Amino acid sequence: MATDWETVIGLEVHVQLATRSKIFSWSSAEFGAEPNSATDPVCLGMPGTLPVLNRSAVESAVRLGMAAGCTIRARCRFARKHYFYPDLPKGFQISQFDEPICEGGAIKFRLKGEPRAIRLTRIHMEEDAGKNLHAAAGVSFVDYNRAGVPLCEIVSEPDVRSAEEAAEYVRAVRTLVRYLGIGDGNMEEGSLRCDANVSLRPRGSEKYGTKTEIKNMNSFKNVRDAIEHEVKRQATLLDRGERIIQETRLWDASRGVTQAMRSKEQAHDYRYFPEPDLPPLVVTELEQVALRASLPELPEDRFARYTSEGLSPQDAGVLVADRETAAYFDATVAAGAPAKRAANWLINELLARVDDPRKLGEADCPVPPAALAELVELVEDGTLSGKLGKDVFVKMWSERRAAKEIVAAEGLAQVSDGGALEEACQRVIAAHPGEAGRFKENPKLMGFFVGAVMKETGGKGNPKAVNEILRRLLG
Amino acid sequence: MIDARGASLVSIVDGVRAGAFSAREVTEQFLDRVARLDGALGCFLKIDDTGARRRADAVDAARKAGRDPGPLAGAPIGIKDIFCMRGVETTCASKILRGFVPPYESTVTARLEAAGAVALGKLNMDEFAMGSSTENSSVKPTRNPWSHAHVPGGSSGGSAAAVAASLCAGATGTDTGGSIRQPAALCGVVGMKPTYGRVSRYGVIAFASSLDHPGPFGRTVEDAAALLEVMSGVDPLDATSIPAPVGAYRQAARAGREGQTPLAGVRLGVPTEYFQPGMDPEIETAVRAALDELALAGAKIVPVSLPHTKYAIATYYLICTAEASSNLARYDGVRYGLRAAEVRSLEELYTKTRGEGFGTEPKRRIMLGAYVLRAGYYEAYYGKALRARRKIADDFSAAFASCDAIVTPTSPVPAFKFGERIGDPLQMYLADILTVAPNLAGVPALSQPCGFTKSGLPIGLQIIGPALGEEICFRVGGAYESRTDWHTRFAPETA
Repeated sequence: MATDWETVIGLEVHVQLATRSKIFSWSSAEFGAEPNSATDPVCLGMPGTLPVLNRSAVESAVRLGMAAGCTIRARCRFARKHYFYPDLPKGFQISQFDEPICEGGAIKFRLKGEPRAIRLTRIHMEEDAGKNLHAAAGVSFVDYNRAGVPLCEIVSEPDVRSAEEAAEYVRAVRTLVRYLGIGDGNMEEGSLRCDANVSLRPRGSEKYGTKTEIKNMNSFKNVRDAIEHEVKRQATLLDRGERIIQETRLWDASRGVTQAMRSKEQAHDYRYFPEPDLPPLVVTELEQVALRASLPELPEDRFARYTSEGLSPQDAGVLVADRETAAYFDATVAAGAPAKRAANWLINELLARVDDPRKLGEADCPVPPAALAELVELVEDGTLSGKLGKDVFVKMWSERRAAKEIVAAEGLAQVSDGGALEEACQRVIAAHPGEAGRFKENPKLMGFFVGAVMKETGGKGNPKAVNEILRRLLG
Repeated sequence: MIDARGASLVSIVDGVRAGAFSAREVTEQFLDRVARLDGALGCFLKIDDTGARRRADAVDAARKAGRDPGPLAGAPIGIKDIFCMRGVETTCASKILRGFVPPYESTVTARLEAAGAVALGKLNMDEFAMGSSTENSSVKPTRNPWSHAHVPGGSSGGSAAAVAASLCAGATGTDTGGSIRQPAALCGVVGMKPTYGRVSRYGVIAFASSLDHPGPFGRTVEDAAALLEVMSGVDPLDATSIPAPVGAYRQAARAGREGQTPLAGVRLGVPTEYFQPGMDPEIETAVRAALDELALAGAKIVPVSLPHTKYAIATYYLICTAEASSNLARYDGVRYGLRAAEVRSLEELYTKTRGEGFGTEPKRRIMLGAYVLRAGYYEAYYGKALRARRKIADDFSAAFASCDAIVTPTSPVPAFKFGERIGDPLQMYLADILTVAPNLAGVPALSQPCGFTKSGLPIGLQIIGPALGEEICFRVGGAYESRTDWHTRFAPETA
């Protein structure tokens, strides 16, 4: 019988921190400037220049560590990691080696509704490298705008057990980063990057198998597909009795395969040693207290709150996935909408209309939370039917008008007035004597009458009231 | 007009500030001396006459406009070619940086210019400050003004020789293991290595970051003090610079000259470990005589011990090669400086550029440093060196519990002849034996003239102070200088 292989995955996630300036110098850390315009002598590694640590990058790293429940080192060091590459201006990267700023902790999320906690080994700070651009005919350029952008590298324990879980883990990291407002976590732009160490072992075995490192996965889908492919590749080799070679493999998304990098490129001895140009980094207890106080309500805490307030785990999961969605929801509820209703409208109507939930948090969101709350109330109090409510929402979204304004302008308010409805019902019954006669043996005709009354009232009749009147008149 | 030859920096500044002569006149006079005399000496790598005249005119204009022209108004100085100056080619005397014109200014040169000093040009040095004779310059040798057959010391040999020959009244240098003090001793001038972090390293091309100390050269103790006062101070661009206020160095140098016993109450420690066999007897005699003179000035001479001195050279070369191999990694031909022609691959770009661009000594240190840092050997070499460094620093702390300053020779030998040691790196490395420990401990140390050998070569006296104890060094140095006339002797002049 074939061996039952257990997948073992550890992840290294690089998060760019959205500070104004670079981690060790003054040029802008913003993405998207003209090549080599966001640079300065320090990030270009010019002779004689020195790094000076950007405290706001430290604050971001500490807040991330706190949000993940890490231990924060009161005193840590930077180290130089050496290798030659044109995008690395100094011939070394300033990183952290034996004294990372954060240790331990875990990233928490839910996989198919089940709570998961992937333990972290560490989070350390480092500088990003530039970017090589390969033009035609063997000509290459280097853009150093990215050189010196602050990074946090989040290293997990080998706790991840499937490709899907890996993708959810990375998504949870992004959610956390966005909740904290320390980065935009955009995988496509490279502000969030992920490498995976993948190995297999017979289920039940304590010993880890030989791992490969998978790089170049720049979307959640890539993460899942690449690891899935690698797991299959390794299982096939192992089933055939072959051995796994420890190596770095690049994911080729267009061909859907991982490929070994030339071994030469990975034969690195990084020659780490403490960075002499930077004094030890000290984060005082007072700073830690202030940073801890600055943490927002975190996704998993919000999830617990929402489910305790009666939301289904599915709805709560959708709402907490993005800080803006959750904030929108909270604001709608604060404006008076019942939680369950607000969640339905938000999930079914608003989220269906934005490609990125972060747009809900923007100032020009067509339907702000208070406006949605107003609409929900109109439906709740019977002024609008559910169907009319949706129509009004469409108008609110496209025309940026308030619900009450649309209702008043277009005379959409539902007719609940007993007298008017009774008259309409009487007219309909009088017009269809045959159907009225057959009603007693065939109560399904109720649908026909309700429809006719709604037509008579231009869709504005309160369906509940119409039902009651018809039942009385026909019964 | 004063005679430029032998003129002290402070006397020139006093004259310019008082309007006795203009900064421009002084500048022209010194530029003329450089033009006439430097051909034989080889101190300057680049003469920035245009920049010098611009700086001098700015000083004169400020004075005429009634503004303060600065504490170093009109002081003609030379800049070791390791300090970046905006728009002025800066090469560290290396082929790999030939043609490199920095678009930024070192904090030291910026502060000197703001104080009114007039930089005349860039001075020769051992390539990347690696060496003790300036023979490792990729451009040319610099001759010792006292004897052209002898080296000026190094690595700041151009700076020491230029001040000794009055081609400038002061100069900047850097001292990683003795590179200010040893050439100062060999050329008969004053050189000061301040406390680590006292002077910003921003814009100073790195050799060994944790050991590199920028500092001044002067003809007199007060000249060096005046320069250091301007160079010192915390710098937001150097995270290792010290935020403590800058001391009154000139005043300390002057205090040493006052009264019969200006050093009354001062305890001067003499470490037995610094008087070992192998020292030139003429040097030992001169330094012992200097100690007698200091005792006459009121100082109490006390024996002290620095027991880990014997590990200093090994410790120093482990740390400085490791840091050098790292700091020199950036010279890859990609962004600035030399780029080897006709390369077919990235790897060849690196190997050819670095192979052609670096001289023998940087290559040797890069290899040693890479070896020291390789995976699995960190603890055996670099880690152990850091622990030894701590012990050496603790030695100084312990010694300063029983003395105020430590007095030793600067170099165990006077200037040696060209070629005498260049083929034997170990012998060359031992030239640093009395100077490296203060770099490892980060404490300040001054070298000043204390005599001459029978053959007429200068001898240097080293005064080591506790961390941020620059003032005691200047006070002791000022006292010794006021009782001797070594600093008033001129090197022979041949055009």
